Amino acid sequence: MSLRSFMDGLEPHFHKGGKYERYYAIYEMVDTIFYTPGKVTVGQSHVRDAVDMKRVMTTVWWCAFFPMLAGMYMVGHNAIEATLALGAPPLEGLRGTVVSLIAGYNPDSIWHCLVYGAVFYVPIYAVTFVVGGIWEVLFAVKRGHEVNEGFFVTSILFSLTLPATIPLWQVALGISFGVVVGKEIFGGTGKNFLNPALTGRAFLYFAYPAQISGDAVWTAVDGYSGATALGLAAAGGVESVMAEGITWMDAFLGNIQGSVGEVSTLAIFIGGAILITTRVASWRIMAGVMLGMMLTSTLFNLIGSDSNPMFAMTWQWHLVLGGFAFGMVYMATDPVSAAMTDTGRWSYGILIGVMCVLIRVVNPAFPEGMMLAILFANLFAPLFDWSVVRANVRRRLARV
Amino acid sequence: MSNVKEILLNPIFNNNPIGLQILGICSALAVTTQMSVAAVMCIALTVVCAFSNFFISLIRARIPSSIRIIVQMTIIASLVIVVDQILGAVAYDISKQLTVFVGLIITNCIVMGRAEAFAMQNPPGLSFLDGLGNGLGYSAVLMSVAAIREFFGSGSLFGVEVLPLVTQGGWYTPMGLMLLPPSAFFIIGLLIWALRAWKKDQVEAPEYQIGQHTAMSHS
Repeated sequence: MSLRSFMDGLEPHFHKGGKYERYYAIYEMVDTIFYTPGKVTVGQSHVRDAVDMKRVMTTVWWCAFFPMLAGMYMVGHNAIEATLALGAPPLEGLRGTVVSLIAGYNPDSIWHCLVYGAVFYVPIYAVTFVVGGIWEVLFAVKRGHEVNEGFFVTSILFSLTLPATIPLWQVALGISFGVVVGKEIFGGTGKNFLNPALTGRAFLYFAYPAQISGDAVWTAVDGYSGATALGLAAAGGVESVMAEGITWMDAFLGNIQGSVGEVSTLAIFIGGAILITTRVASWRIMAGVMLGMMLTSTLFNLIGSDSNPMFAMTWQWHLVLGGFAFGMVYMATDPVSAAMTDTGRWSYGILIGVMCVLIRVVNPAFPEGMMLAILFANLFAPLFDWSVVRANVRRRLARV
Repeated sequence: MSNVKEILLNPIFNNNPIGLQILGICSALAVTTQMSVAAVMCIALTVVCAFSNFFISLIRARIPSSIRIIVQMTIIASLVIVVDQILGAVAYDISKQLTVFVGLIITNCIVMGRAEAFAMQNPPGLSFLDGLGNGLGYSAVLMSVAAIREFFGSGSLFGVEVLPLVTQGGWYTPMGLMLLPPSAFFIIGLLIWALRAWKKDQVEAPEYQIGQHTAMSHS
């Protein structure tokens, strides 16, 4: 018996009046994982497209694998080097067993670094997926909407914004907050006005700052302390980044401390290039973010400051440090929480770029501004769209 | 008698000033990091609300309609000053922590709202009960919010340690967000969600209907 006929045989039980009517969302989820839905758009729809949300979301999901792999490698590489430098004991427990079974502690071996990174990152992603998935299914069953592939994206992006050493119970809390408060209470995918992944991260950032910011969390070795490159820059400008032996190329390739997904700008750009060519993500948003960032940082360069070294940081450095690139490519372009009109997308992107640099440079409390900038711009996205539509109506009325 | 009971108890769950009318949110954000502080605030507001209703109702026939808000404000402000002075004398530390928020009871939407909506039309006895009931409704929400915030944010209730903190050798990592004002927004929102899930008649009719998803059919 083929899987298709097996699924078809089960289907009536999940229809109205069937035994498992309440669990239709789960049946639908499993069915559409294996098969393309056999549904087409009819009626008064204006846009017809062969691409559906499932394809869009899985494309983003696959593209996020580039920064994920690069991030795992860098986590492993940094941690193994730190272990050797400190003379620290190898990993204990399950992690240690896995590493010693299939790899080792050689910082020059790509495989060893990847495995070391994976034993930290994979549990984070697994917890994110399971806990977030449970919420997703719970609301889908209760509210009668579909279990949406959007969660694939939310889960991987959320887990990539975390440091490798974060306690797993915090991961569970963060994704719960992101999915429930950031998305489901507004009606699920398509009706949320904030990026759910960033909502979850913002929750953790304010709830447990000690485990997601500071100097001690970025390297997956106990007792090793090292600030992120952006943290160094916030304290002493680009000079103090360079003084640590970090060149611009290091930061671009990802040889720096940071959250798993944000370190390698190169990997992020590869994913971004695919997203733009497949037209899954809006190039206008990315260009807007870039433009806003370049304008604002150049402005600060020109103003200059004696006391604040961040004023002197050029846009090239802003681009490669911290979560800027990751936010620009993966977070700002979330189709639901971003602006929908083309002009709106430009304004929305520029607002993110401007806010990010503003927070980084002139706010003394937070070295990184990308997360807050995007959430801030999410709130303004509907207003941008509304203004664009109104302007269009006015222009056309004048022609009547 | 059932009328009296209704006036006193309805504002607690069925017609809660915070939960249903969404009034008095400002102080609910500001004074709910500790239960003891919130409790004092609740008592202060309940007393002011009950007595302002009572006094306004006493002279309601003599208040010229055109200046009624000013008269109400004068009465409420006098009561707030009395409460503030008493707090300063009896519970100095807590009144320090409440800072301006006792004074701001003057502008509290619940007190003004009950004076305008109830006390101006009803006899003093009932008005007093109405003020008391609304004060209790406010207190119910405030104390729940404060309990959640203090429990998760500091691991204690009324300052008594319940969850031993990591910083003192225990196991509980306090949730810093709970000590920041935005957490009260989330908690009040979730409480209102719970309240409306329990009492379905409080759910407001949607202002507009979201259109159906695009029609789909099997190909």
